[in-house]
Amino acid sequence: MSLKDKFISSFLAFEDYLDDDSPIHDLRNKAINNFELKGFPSKKEEAWKYTSLKSLLKADLSLFPKQENGVDFKEVKKYFLHDIDTYKIVFVDGVYSSFLSSTTHEGMDVCLLSAALSKDKYKSVVETYFNKIAKEESMTSLNTAFAKEGAYIFIPKHKEVEKPVEILNFYTGSEVSLMLQPRNLIVVGENAHIQIIERHQSLSENAVLTNSVTEIFAEQRAMVDYYKIQNDLPEASLIDNTYIKQERDSVCSIHTFSFGGKLTRNNLNFYQYGEHCNSILKGITILEGKQHVDHNTLVHHIAPNCESHQDYKGIYDENSIGVFNGKILVEKDAQKLNAFQQNNNILISDKATINSKPQLEIFADDVRCSHGCTIGQLDDEALFYLRSRGIGQKEAQALLMYAFANNVLESVKIPELKKRINKLIARKIGVSLGFDL
Amino acid sequence: MLQIKDLHASVEEKDILKGINLTVNPGEVHAIMGPNGSGKSTFASVIAGKDEFEVTKGEILLNGEEILELDPEERAHKGIFLSFQYPVEIPGVTVTNFIKTAINETRKAKGLKDMPAAEMLKMIKEKADLLEIDRKFLSRSLNEGFSGGEKKRNEIFQMAMMEPKLAILDETDSGLDIDALKVVANGVNKLRSPENAVVLITHYQRLLDYIVPDFVHVLMNGKIVKSGTKELAYELEEKGYDWIKEEVKA
Repeated sequence: MSLKDKFISSFLAFEDYLDDDSPIHDLRNKAINNFELKGFPSKKEEAWKYTSLKSLLKADLSLFPKQENGVDFKEVKKYFLHDIDTYKIVFVDGVYSSFLSSTTHEGMDVCLLSAALSKDKYKSVVETYFNKIAKEESMTSLNTAFAKEGAYIFIPKHKEVEKPVEILNFYTGSEVSLMLQPRNLIVVGENAHIQIIERHQSLSENAVLTNSVTEIFAEQRAMVDYYKIQNDLPEASLIDNTYIKQERDSVCSIHTFSFGGKLTRNNLNFYQYGEHCNSILKGITILEGKQHVDHNTLVHHIAPNCESHQDYKGIYDENSIGVFNGKILVEKDAQKLNAFQQNNNILISDKATINSKPQLEIFADDVRCSHGCTIGQLDDEALFYLRSRGIGQKEAQALLMYAFANNVLESVKIPELKKRINKLIARKIGVSLGFDL
Repeated sequence: MLQIKDLHASVEEKDILKGINLTVNPGEVHAIMGPNGSGKSTFASVIAGKDEFEVTKGEILLNGEEILELDPEERAHKGIFLSFQYPVEIPGVTVTNFIKTAINETRKAKGLKDMPAAEMLKMIKEKADLLEIDRKFLSRSLNEGFSGGEKKRNEIFQMAMMEPKLAILDETDSGLDIDALKVVANGVNKLRSPENAVVLITHYQRLLDYIVPDFVHVLMNGKIVKSGTKELAYELEEKGYDWIKEEVKA
């Protein structure tokens, strides 16, 4: 039986076991049909030209852990930004861990999707928002079909969430070859503010493939800062599908820090429905070995007078492969737009690869769109300059990499997180400079 | 301190230095002058260890030790400092962080612990005052958006912090107005001691009014063709380089 067939038959069992009254029952059925029709994406599709899932799908992946697996706080403490100063929604092998989490219902909801799907009081929110902007794309459909757990965040209007929310997914590896389908639903009300940090972390060398879907709704004047930390173990892979719908005057940013993992695919989709929206997409990717990271972005400009800024920096060593495919789609009515896209790459080794592909589709006639892409090496003159000041070659290279990535790091608004990422970068490039940027 | 014997260097098989001999003793200031393209900057870079240039013959001894096999950072650790003609911009790294890193990396190479923060700050303040550098300037990204004069002043500030045995100043006067030139020259003069030495590479005699050399050498077509005292610089200023070319031919 192929993996696809296996998943489809698992679905029948899954549906049987679930409560039929679920508000998303029909959506699940539709989604599995769509997945059946489309199958897994292949390199024949333009959007997957540079990234093949073949090797990952060779494994006999299972969709559900056979047992509940616990982890000690001690074991995972280092992956939290703070012990106390954040809200936390934590999952272990896809199952909610109340023990590790710190949720709230005080004046807002920071809790679980499973609760939202099963309780009446959330029904209208689920019906209004769930699966409303997610694309009918095969991996997203696969997730929708099996969606039952993830973060549920609802921030009412004018609420400023005073501390960041951490969404953490741990994988114990006690099951071989698990494929998980976390599903997050985030609604940020009018003039509300929130900061979210998302992380997927494997705790053993067993293979895991995560196919995550996150839908974010930013109402008028809402502000959303979302940080994705991808520093997983070498056998862990991630397909991230994030959809953001922006209403008038909202500002949404996603920073993606890709340092670890085997294969990572980031599908970020921004839809600007209201005027004066601003979308910010930034990333730092530092890879080595045979790591593969694919940033596939879409900014869909529908309303006029909006802005978008994309800035992705990549540093590729050894045999690593990077992909940047950034699409800006400007509808006829999206006049007076300012869209900016930048992708800069440094190849440290002769064997590393970067595929950079800007894609602009513009149907409006009064817009400013710019894009730029560079691929280069570290500047020899700059290296010599630093080394002539007594700074060793490795440290000099590191300093230049820091300098290269700096303007992305600079825009991280949570100081503690910025420090943490600084450390991750230092560890990744194997030096300590004795100062943070 | 510095002994250079029959130094030949080339880049991409093109010979640039064609047999340079030079001896610099502690406490001395040497000026190297010459027309454009004579090999002045190459000479400076080769001493500092830039690997773009291949040394095909000869030797460079620093206090009797051959340094040609050493990396640029190892040469820096032994007390060689090159002030760049075109300092490189490094966004995101402040002047202060940069100089701290440079000093502590050098100390580490010598088996010393990091310089205590208080001591470092005091030194930074002292040397910044010496070069009339505004404190705000120190928290800016290294050389990023600096004017020509600011870059050069920053080079000499770094030199003051690193306290090298042998400082090579490559066209430090270019791009400086007369006030900035005086500040820079004053900084260099204050740093002179009987234990260290300075090699000035310059196109014009102007700088030599403020940093007075003990010896002046003329570099032409990859060779030192004439050496003298500071009077030679005046003669060059007045008559240009053509008469030396004639002399060499003859």
